[in-house]
Amino acid sequence: MKTIIFKTASTYLLPLLVLFSVFILLRGHYLPGGGFVGGLIASIAFVIHSFANGLEQTKNLIKFHPGFLMPVGLCIALISGAAPLFIEQSFMTGLWFENPIPVIGMVGSALFFDAGVYLVVIGVTLTIIFTISETL
Amino acid sequence: MNNPYIVLPVIFQLFTSVLLMFFWYRVNAQRLITIICSIISVGIAIWLFKEVYQNGILTMQAGEWQAPFGITFVADLFSTTMVLLTAISGMAVGIFSTGSIRNARLKFGYFPILNFLLMGLHGAFLTGDIFNLYVWFEIIIIASFVLITIGGEKAQIEGAIKYVTMNLLASAIFLTAIAILYGLAGSLNMADLSIQVAEIENRGLVNVVAILFLVGFGIKSAIFPLYFWLPASYHTPPPAISAVFGGLLTKVGVYALLRIFTLIFIPDEFLGNLLVVLACMTILSGGLGAILQVNMRKIFSYLIVCHIGFMLAGLGIYTELAIMGAIFYLIHDIIVKTNLFLASGLIFKLKGTLNIEKLGGIYKKYPKFSLLIAIPLFSLAGIPPLSGFWAKVFLIEGGYKANEWMLIGFIILGSFLTLWVIAKLWAEVFWKDAVALPKKINVKYFHELKPFKRWAMVIPIILLAVTSLYIGLAAEHIILLSKQIAAELMNPSAYLDAVLGAKTETP
Repeated sequence: MKTIIFKTASTYLLPLLVLFSVFILLRGHYLPGGGFVGGLIASIAFVIHSFANGLEQTKNLIKFHPGFLMPVGLCIALISGAAPLFIEQSFMTGLWFENPIPVIGMVGSALFFDAGVYLVVIGVTLTIIFTISETL
Repeated sequence: MNNPYIVLPVIFQLFTSVLLMFFWYRVNAQRLITIICSIISVGIAIWLFKEVYQNGILTMQAGEWQAPFGITFVADLFSTTMVLLTAISGMAVGIFSTGSIRNARLKFGYFPILNFLLMGLHGAFLTGDIFNLYVWFEIIIIASFVLITIGGEKAQIEGAIKYVTMNLLASAIFLTAIAILYGLAGSLNMADLSIQVAEIENRGLVNVVAILFLVGFGIKSAIFPLYFWLPASYHTPPPAISAVFGGLLTKVGVYALLRIFTLIFIPDEFLGNLLVVLACMTILSGGLGAILQVNMRKIFSYLIVCHIGFMLAGLGIYTELAIMGAIFYLIHDIIVKTNLFLASGLIFKLKGTLNIEKLGGIYKKYPKFSLLIAIPLFSLAGIPPLSGFWAKVFLIEGGYKANEWMLIGFIILGSFLTLWVIAKLWAEVFWKDAVALPKKINVKYFHELKPFKRWAMVIPIILLAVTSLYIGLAAEHIILLSKQIAAELMNPSAYLDAVLGAKTETP
């Protein structure tokens, strides 16, 4: 789709959607949202960009293969899940910092788990969509 | 007793696959990591087994959410034995894969997916929550969908379609059963369900749910009416993959059946009779199917079906002795079936075909290999003192004490059919004079491989053969172990106490 309106809009939509996805990721512990939805929104941002500007442009923008995000995200999620084992507590027990951090709020291992999911979802979705659009 | 480290086998497999994913295109690094990590995972499994054997049942409440509200992981003797067997088979298959799987397949993430599959298996054995069991089943089948299609040959895709369809159907039935059970009992924790289900007055509905579970797990473990997907798909992927499928995947279904029908639903007379009839038909159909086949891996696939019948028979008789026989059989079968599929991979590399009519003369040309492969083959047929013999002794003794004459007849018939098939296989493949086979271009023969790859294919077969020799020759250890497992299964109060703590008084 090479329309000028879509192309112009996509340049503004990309940062907006990525920011929004981070917002969704952060509010996800008690409110609707979280890593999965956030990751989907972030990947939609890149998909819109690739529709408007072509796949090559988006690949140049990301610079590395999105599939690389999968092991990175899994690693973060695994570490946050396994962290309580080091202090002899059960797998996946929530560990929290005592004081809230400005803007983000309470930070605990659940947030890191969500961040891991976020990265995995972006990685998987973009790998799938890029592979499909390459073969088309 | 609470021990947060019992999930280590699961976490370690996940760790391995994440590590492997970082080396996506570097296949040699993946090979090295697989060998090292699979040996470590066996070490972890042995540690867990020792811990449970000495201290009794260990539990872990994920996220410190106490049972019955959170997800519980339970390591009793049965699950840790299965974890140990999975780790051993997983190690054998992992090492075999480093030698036999082509680089093209490895670059599509073969090793990470294999480890995800093993993670799912470990999880399914260790979980104490029925919905969590479903989730692990999903992980297993999704990983197995990838493994069965990886490489994308025409035959593979055809097999995969049958495999995927039946397994998705089974999952849907399993999920429906969980939903109804939750509606009835209001709990998903297996220990809690064990108490709740016994108190439900609507026995008709409880039986319906039990049958739904039977159908769901029955499809997954290839029990009589719905077994046909197994022989139609297990011979299509590379031998290392069929080994992990044949050795472990159907056994998860059997494990789940044994667990559910001893803990949650105690079979009444109707269900017991149904299980017995299904066991008889499974033995018969698998055994007769195996006679007809000429492809070696198809023969083994039908024999899987036949021997699933033996384990189901133990559950159908439902005495401690019979369950013990079934568990002994399960322990023996996992090791032997994995080994047989690996051996078939070796034979394919030697000769370039698996058609038993075309094969021949292996004994003359490769006497050492033949003797090695003879161990799993004759263990499977149950020739004393190898491992299959003891399991059948206890199954038949259990049936004899419970006056299940028809079942004993079918078990003996099944053993004869197995013996016939194995004898035929031995005569055709090993003893018959060799026929000159046309050389295939796309097959890399054994003598063309590098020494590392040759050893990588032979060592796992030796390892598993030694394990099954141990099961057969040191049978008293395994008998002791299966006796304890059967006692734990038939009297679940220790399990309930371990999961729910002191607040339960068992009826």
